[in-house]
Amino acid sequence: MTNPNPVSGTMRAQSPNPTSYVFEVENLNVHYSSNPAVKNVSLKVPARQITAFIGPSGCGKSTVLRCFNRTNDLIPGAQVEGKLTYHGKDLYAADVDPVSVRRHIGMVFQKPNPFPKSIYDNVAYGPRVLGMKVDLNEVVETSLKRAALWDEVKDKLKESGQSLSGGQQQRLCIARALAVQPDVILMDEPCSALDPISTRRIEELMKELEQDYTIIIVTHNMQQASRVSDMTAFFSVELVGSNRVGELVEFNKTEAIFNNPSKEATKDYVEGRFG
Amino acid sequence: MSDSARFIGEEEKIDISSIAPIRNYSSRFLTFLSILCVVVLLASLSWVLWDVAKEGVNKLNWYNLTQIRYPAPGLEDGGFGHAIVGSLMVLSTAAVISFPFGILAAVYLSEFGRGTRLAYLVKFSCNVLTGVPAILCGLFAYAVVVRGSGFSAFSGGIATGVLMLPIVIRSTEEALLLVSPDMRLASVGLGSTRFQTTMRIVLPTAAPAIVTGLILSLARAAGEAAPLLFTSFNNNFWSTDLFGPVATLPVMTYFFAIIPFRPQQQLAWAGALVLLAMVLIASTVSRFVVHKTRK
Repeated sequence: MTNPNPVSGTMRAQSPNPTSYVFEVENLNVHYSSNPAVKNVSLKVPARQITAFIGPSGCGKSTVLRCFNRTNDLIPGAQVEGKLTYHGKDLYAADVDPVSVRRHIGMVFQKPNPFPKSIYDNVAYGPRVLGMKVDLNEVVETSLKRAALWDEVKDKLKESGQSLSGGQQQRLCIARALAVQPDVILMDEPCSALDPISTRRIEELMKELEQDYTIIIVTHNMQQASRVSDMTAFFSVELVGSNRVGELVEFNKTEAIFNNPSKEATKDYVEGRFG
Repeated sequence: MSDSARFIGEEEKIDISSIAPIRNYSSRFLTFLSILCVVVLLASLSWVLWDVAKEGVNKLNWYNLTQIRYPAPGLEDGGFGHAIVGSLMVLSTAAVISFPFGILAAVYLSEFGRGTRLAYLVKFSCNVLTGVPAILCGLFAYAVVVRGSGFSAFSGGIATGVLMLPIVIRSTEEALLLVSPDMRLASVGLGSTRFQTTMRIVLPTAAPAIVTGLILSLARAAGEAAPLLFTSFNNNFWSTDLFGPVATLPVMTYFFAIIPFRPQQQLAWAGALVLLAMVLIASTVSRFVVHKTRK
């Protein structure tokens, strides 16, 4: 079921159907210089749900994640083949501008990486570079509130974003991503550098954001995937010649993946008997 | 006490005799050697500083600093105020030429051209240029500028600028590469263009380190006499004409150090001391600025 809307600023308002798919991936292959990294990935990412990518290191989860907002374009030698649609529109079509794709599909990284600017300027950065005609003060406040950070920083918005604790920095990065009103938020192991308490806060936050945003999260932590996600994709690595190539083994509802996986490899992994 | 505990107690020797003596001795010897190298280095450096300070301080007075012509050979009456001004003119010209080109080239190397053939060529020629003797930069400016328009502060600035260029490029590139790639991805991920990312995130983040590099390159160039000998040449009198020959501190130091008159030789020492002080002040200020902006 595809939504034929063009990529536009009002995208979020136009996908009210919770069963519609934001991304549809068919036979996705990624190469770095001539080395294949991921092959034959096909999956559909449902709107307003959390989709988790799990799997061992080097299985290409992050590589696939980076295809969704075309950050792979920035890696020299990276080549993406196959079909990847965003609301029905081919993300890799010649007339698609990667810069405006990224504006709709925000990203949060493994290591919290606030800019060396004030907390306020960190959140206001996106609206500023995009030239959005909005009340910056309001955007900063609502974004920080949505990221559950406002109460902790409202009195020190002028302080450097890098003076915050790791967990606060990561929530600042989420607020920064929310400020440009994205449609999708990609999270690349957002909690792996955080302590358990900060991790829990981020997970709670993700559950809240799920109401309005489509979230894709890459995680090494299977408990995290089972706690927060609605859908889970399990990736694995295969040796092809001397290359380690990632592939999608199974994609299903999270309960099914964890309780009743259809593939032996998935069962071994989620039960901790592999890797 | 269990058997295993007693076993460990008997077998695991932890006193000094338990490792081969050669390892102890070589460790001590190498530590001593490295300390010795540091001492020798520091001693010779401070000897230079001390010598310049001791000899230079005699003639370092307000009168000499503000006089705007050299004394006639053998006479006392004169100073090197105009040489300080000339040095500043040459260095400003060099900065105006090398800073924009150097920074933009470094931005290309680290942000836009990473891994391209052109970037490789630029880097390679930069490395070659770093090893080029300073006098060749002077010859270059002589061939390009001086032969057409005569000796001038401007041509000195070009020679010095060429000398500084590789240092500016390399230090700026290093500074830019220190900015975490995640920061760039985060900025691009918010929908900014690469140009916006470079201008608003990468350059401001790297700014303190870039400024340090720029000032160090300037400090390095400030002391060079060789590229100025046949470009800005020398001038016994006050001149602020950018397109005429000017006196500069290194060239003055060079000329006065080799003429057989005591007053001039003392001026050479004083000029050297002023040069040293300028470099010291510049690097101290840059350290201070970096420290201040890090907070």
